[in-house]
Amino acid sequence: MAVAPRTPPKKRDWSWRSQAFRGLLYQVIAVLLIGGVVWWLASNTAENMRIRGIKSGFDFLTQPAGFDIGESLFSFDSNNPYWKAFLVGIGNTLRVAIIGIILTTILGTMVGVGRFSRNGLVRGICYGYVELFRNVPVLLQLLMWYLIFTELLPDISEAKNIGPVFLSKGGLTYPGPVWESGHLWILGGLIAGAAAAWAYRRWATTQFEATGKLRSMFWVPLIIVLLAGAAGWVAGGMPNQWQIPTKGEFAIEGGSSLTPEFLAVLFGLVLYTAAFVAEVVRSGIQSVPRGQSEAAQALGLAKGQEMQKVLLPQALRVIIPPMTNQYLNLTKNSSLAVAIGYPDVVSISNTALNQTGRAVECIAIIMLVYLTTSLSTSFFMNWYNSKSAIKER
Amino acid sequence: MADTIIFQSKPAREAPIKTEGLVPWVKTNLFANWQSTVTTLVVGALLLYYVPQFINWAILTATTTTNADACRADGVGACWGVVKEKYRLIIFGRYPFEEQWRPLVATLLMVGLLVASCTRYFWSKWLIIGWVVVLSAFFILMYGSLFGYFDVFGLTKVTTDRWGGLPLTIMLATLSIVLCFPVAICVALGRRSNLPAIRTFCTIYVELIRGVPLISVLFMASFMFPLFMPQGVTVDVLIRVVVGVTLFAAAYMAEVIRGGLQAMPKGQTEAAASLGLSYWQTQFKIILPQALAMVVPGIMNNFIGLFKDTSLVYIVSLYELTGSLGLALNSDADWRPYKLEGYLFIVSIYFVFCFAMSRYSLWIEKQLNKSKLR
Repeated sequence: MAVAPRTPPKKRDWSWRSQAFRGLLYQVIAVLLIGGVVWWLASNTAENMRIRGIKSGFDFLTQPAGFDIGESLFSFDSNNPYWKAFLVGIGNTLRVAIIGIILTTILGTMVGVGRFSRNGLVRGICYGYVELFRNVPVLLQLLMWYLIFTELLPDISEAKNIGPVFLSKGGLTYPGPVWESGHLWILGGLIAGAAAAWAYRRWATTQFEATGKLRSMFWVPLIIVLLAGAAGWVAGGMPNQWQIPTKGEFAIEGGSSLTPEFLAVLFGLVLYTAAFVAEVVRSGIQSVPRGQSEAAQALGLAKGQEMQKVLLPQALRVIIPPMTNQYLNLTKNSSLAVAIGYPDVVSISNTALNQTGRAVECIAIIMLVYLTTSLSTSFFMNWYNSKSAIKER
Repeated sequence: MADTIIFQSKPAREAPIKTEGLVPWVKTNLFANWQSTVTTLVVGALLLYYVPQFINWAILTATTTTNADACRADGVGACWGVVKEKYRLIIFGRYPFEEQWRPLVATLLMVGLLVASCTRYFWSKWLIIGWVVVLSAFFILMYGSLFGYFDVFGLTKVTTDRWGGLPLTIMLATLSIVLCFPVAICVALGRRSNLPAIRTFCTIYVELIRGVPLISVLFMASFMFPLFMPQGVTVDVLIRVVVGVTLFAAAYMAEVIRGGLQAMPKGQTEAAASLGLSYWQTQFKIILPQALAMVVPGIMNNFIGLFKDTSLVYIVSLYELTGSLGLALNSDADWRPYKLEGYLFIVSIYFVFCFAMSRYSLWIEKQLNKSKLR
């Protein structure tokens, strides 16, 4: 008895047995479900706002803010509009995040490398540091630093000092230059120097590939940049005025200063994140097989070349993605500054929310700011990562 | 004339350098070369200067008296009396004083359950029943009744705004991690699905949540959630915060699980397909068990992170461990100057929990790698 040949099911078939149809159906259901939930939430919100008489919209941004901000990158007073207050907040967030990222990278790398030290004492301290600081919540660390900076340090009148640097409950005061237009020339000189150094490196690389002659790739560019900066300083009329802080009766006068809030946020974030960065660096170094450094030595590379050309590029490949995550974590954790009153964007939004009652708009601003910084940081780091990734044929 | 050859024994070889014991260890680890010696001397001098000062402050001149005036005397170091005086307020928050045995029992049950869940001996179906029993016991003990309807054992009702301290910390962390798991699995599968609409939704969800700080999610839970609900519906702030933390944790957990899914060889899916298993059968019987086992350390890391992150709910006025310390000391002028001692007390609590969990994570990693070592 011959078996009738079974026809295979058609690719697109309006029946439950077609995978394509089921897939389409699931997607339609998902879209309807999510759209329905979003619509339900939005209509509830609109209804609630109408009943409670809450106004919506971003028109409040142009009204005067009515509150003062303790520290800001540019001048701000309570008559300025809300949008300017938010700008101050964003500036403060970026300031603590950028300085924090730089310091964290330095400290974390030092501790991570320290875990491989031949000195047992250094190894032990680095291990103890990592375990202690990453197992305590960052908020608690921020609060502790704030307590130390505002209550346990001496009063302003008894400020401790090392030379012209003063440390007290009022924060850290240090000598700063008197800013003049001549300083812009230094900046211009440094930028021109960086461009020249980049051109020099390109030329040296092509020369090396053509003739095999090695030229310094670090010291010469550095000297070019520094010389250009000095030339800019001379061209700008050699501004050399410094503001030296002096201890007065009730305050320390003159100089530049950092507030205790800023210091507490910076210390807390840097010490916490550096513990994680140290682990990232350690795993990166561990991931390079021993044979690589032995092979580099067998080829006769110098110690510096071995590190720069063989070990670091391979370790970086492992380090960069988790390092990006740590940078993003630091930026996001800077939002905890609201707990100790550092006027970052969350703190400003919180004040604006309490004053205007526009919860949706204020929280949207917070989220937008962090989303933008997160996405742009990860975009930059992805670009850097793809640059340092293995170039396969 | 033949020279007579006289046998002469060679001198014995030198004994190999001793590499074990204290003296060789010190030699190789502290004084190997001059750089190492200098480092040892500098670091050692710093330690010798600061560590005795700290010990002096924390132990030798410290007092444990519960009299704040005695702490103010000259030459007195740490004032641990603040912990002795306030520990019940710090650990249990504003929970009614005479009822505090209830959160104590509830927390011990919960910690016992967590420890049991981490022990291989208890890994069986009974564990699920254990979870259901312990979680309901926890809420009955804490709240005094089940869902507010059945009054059990004549316990007085304690509303959630009085909950606080360590029980709240442990509850938030445990509940969020348990609840976020199913969401995270769905999102992780969705992100790898070949249905474009579902994949897009899951990707947007994960990237959106991971791009914003937890505190903005908590603000949303506490300020915006009431606006989302229909008129007349109010949701307890504790539930709102648990939902917020769960949705936040789910995005991170989904990425960890996705890592495990990506590491699965394609042959596993193909083998399942050739056996005629459906999509869900393939995922639940073949892929997920292997993928989840692979990412247990990542899951543990997430749990540790979540445990630490629960301290943030303090900012939206829930008094867990960090918040209850502020509650205990900020309004008390006598004890407020000794806040540092209080901080060190809760730091040690957090440290013990987190350190134990990270050690466990290392142990479980070794256990799971056993199958790969032959």
